[in-house]
Amino acid sequence: MEPVAYVREAPEPEDPPPTLTSGALAWARTNLFSSFGSSLTTIGFLALIGYLLPQLAAWATTRAVWSAMDGAACRQHQDGACWAFVIAKWDYLRFGSYPVAERWRVDVVEAIGAVLIVWLLWTNAPRRAWAALLFFVVYPILALVLLRGSSLLGLPFVDTLLWGGIFVSLVTAVVGIVFSLPLGVLLALGRRSPLPVVRVASVVFIEFVRGVPFITILFMANNLLPLFLPATWAPDRFLRPLAGIVMFSAAYMAEEVRGGLQSLGKGQYEAALALGLNYPRMMGLVILPQALTFVIPGIVNNFIGLFMDTTLISVVGMTDFLEAMNNAIKDPVWAGPTIMVTGYVFAAIFYFSFCYGMARYSAHVERILAKGRK
Amino acid sequence: MSSVGASSGADRNGDAAIRFAAVHKWYGSFHVLRNINLTVGRGERIVVCGPSGSGKSTLIRCVNRLEEHQRGSIVVDGVELTDDIKRIDEVRREVGMVFQSFNLFPHLTILENCALAPIWVRKMPRRDADELAMKLLSRVKILDQAHKYPGQLSGGQQQRAAIARALCMTPKIMLFDEPTSSLDPEMVKEVLDTMTELAQEGMTMIVVTHEMGFARQVADRVVFMDRGEIVEVNAPAPFFDHPQHERTKLFLSQILH
Ligand SMILES: Nc1ncnc2c1ncn2[C@@H]1O[C@H](COP(=O)(O)OP(=O)(O)O)[C@@H](O)[C@H]1O
Ligand SMILES: [Mg+2]
Repeated sequence: MEPVAYVREAPEPEDPPPTLTSGALAWARTNLFSSFGSSLTTIGFLALIGYLLPQLAAWATTRAVWSAMDGAACRQHQDGACWAFVIAKWDYLRFGSYPVAERWRVDVVEAIGAVLIVWLLWTNAPRRAWAALLFFVVYPILALVLLRGSSLLGLPFVDTLLWGGIFVSLVTAVVGIVFSLPLGVLLALGRRSPLPVVRVASVVFIEFVRGVPFITILFMANNLLPLFLPATWAPDRFLRPLAGIVMFSAAYMAEEVRGGLQSLGKGQYEAALALGLNYPRMMGLVILPQALTFVIPGIVNNFIGLFMDTTLISVVGMTDFLEAMNNAIKDPVWAGPTIMVTGYVFAAIFYFSFCYGMARYSAHVERILAKGRK
Repeated sequence: MSSVGASSGADRNGDAAIRFAAVHKWYGSFHVLRNINLTVGRGERIVVCGPSGSGKSTLIRCVNRLEEHQRGSIVVDGVELTDDIKRIDEVRREVGMVFQSFNLFPHLTILENCALAPIWVRKMPRRDADELAMKLLSRVKILDQAHKYPGQLSGGQQQRAAIARALCMTPKIMLFDEPTSSLDPEMVKEVLDTMTELAQEGMTMIVVTHEMGFARQVADRVVFMDRGEIVEVNAPAPFFDHPQHERTKLFLSQILH
């Protein structure tokens, strides 16, 4: 029989947790070798990696051809990559047909862009507001003037017809990312507007764009845009696909943002209104910062998708990086069985590093935000 | 009948803080406020009680136009509420509100929550706004929490922060919508104490609450609402000791056991 009443006389001792619950070994035990089946799977995959990785590494390094004047050496070493091809074509892959004497302008634009982006994305950097101002206002103008040319500054005009390669891919991606998010936010807000005209226009735009393949949008931007606008400011051949990619991405962005807006309770709006904040301030200071934070993963997914989609602008005659690679591969001087594989592996590495970088960065930002708010 | 006790001796002239005159409101076809007549004098403390769904929240949310009324007139601090957005903004600047669920902005620190409206609505320099916020945070006794995020505070601390945030706009009128209803019992007192202090400083307040001890101690008048109408208005002592209306008696018997 247990007594009805009980009074503790001595405190219960605090014990350490039972064997191995933290550390690398514990992690491996619970995740890799938790049962016979999982141990077998782990060992199987390790064996596979152990077999494949050295092969791949040898193909890319020791067996690869690093320098050659033409395809002859690569045709002799068919068991290795032909990096000599990429090196020989490097300038073309970066600049397309941009005049050689003017390529320093692209270098300058890329260097400034890289500095500003690092400044902007580095979460502890000083004066990030300045970085934002420079990147979103000053930099686009500067880039346009430098890349296209200006008689005022004595920079010869370079038609976008000659633009090509990596810098075209980067310009497309940056323009798409920079313009599609604000436009997407406006569309998402428009979709919830009390004004029927605004609401209907937003819904029609979003649903139309989302219901049509990107290539269709590109063709429409390419062929329809000039019809709507007076011939004197017929949009530039590069501007048309840029407009297309911004519109396309904005529609998807709008849906992401809408999801973020919906996840916010009514209370946040009411508290902001009760404090006397007007609509733009309520949105800009209270609602959007939270809504956008909620959907960072989705937004970054869209950015990644957009980066991939830049490869499609070649269908309307622009030479992006992948198209430049296609052209380079066709060069008879470099004909050979390893050229194509090398070229596309290189392109894959290029796209992967950018997209993986974006994904890692967004995970990093999410972690920081989660830490701040618990 | 509702107009009998509604206009107390405190303020019959044009200088009332809030005046409801024959106010009606519908949600669709649901008549949620029916012929509300109530004048709140400057410095007066009103406690509103009544069964759930009787329209208490709707009533006070009409004061800062979170809800709009469809008939009658509401004049707040001499400004009549209409569709005119300028007037609404004017009223909202002078009326602070505290919600049942705190509604602090979770992405901002407590200090930033408090300084936000002074900076953006009152156009106060950031330094002054921060100073003001710190002063009010120390008044509600959570100065040490100023740099934390709302999610890191207890419920009682969050509600006091919400009170400080509203006070940072130096409002003339404060509205409280069941400020202690979502708090754990041990935190109710700290919030009520804060509100009592505020009342003692002469703030005009409308408080929706079922804390009858608070009502007895602080209220000048208690308003009882049921089914969208004001059923009885009286000073706290007679209201609790000698309720007149049957519905009031029933309600009080239910909440006081
Ligand atoms: N936005 C709304 N739309 C429709 N009905 C509502 C809305 N808000 C409240 N109501 C209804 O109006 C009545 C009064 O609500 P409320 O003022 O919140 O009551 P109380 O605060 O006294 O509990 C309730 O029956 C509620 O269901
Ligand atoms: Mg309520």
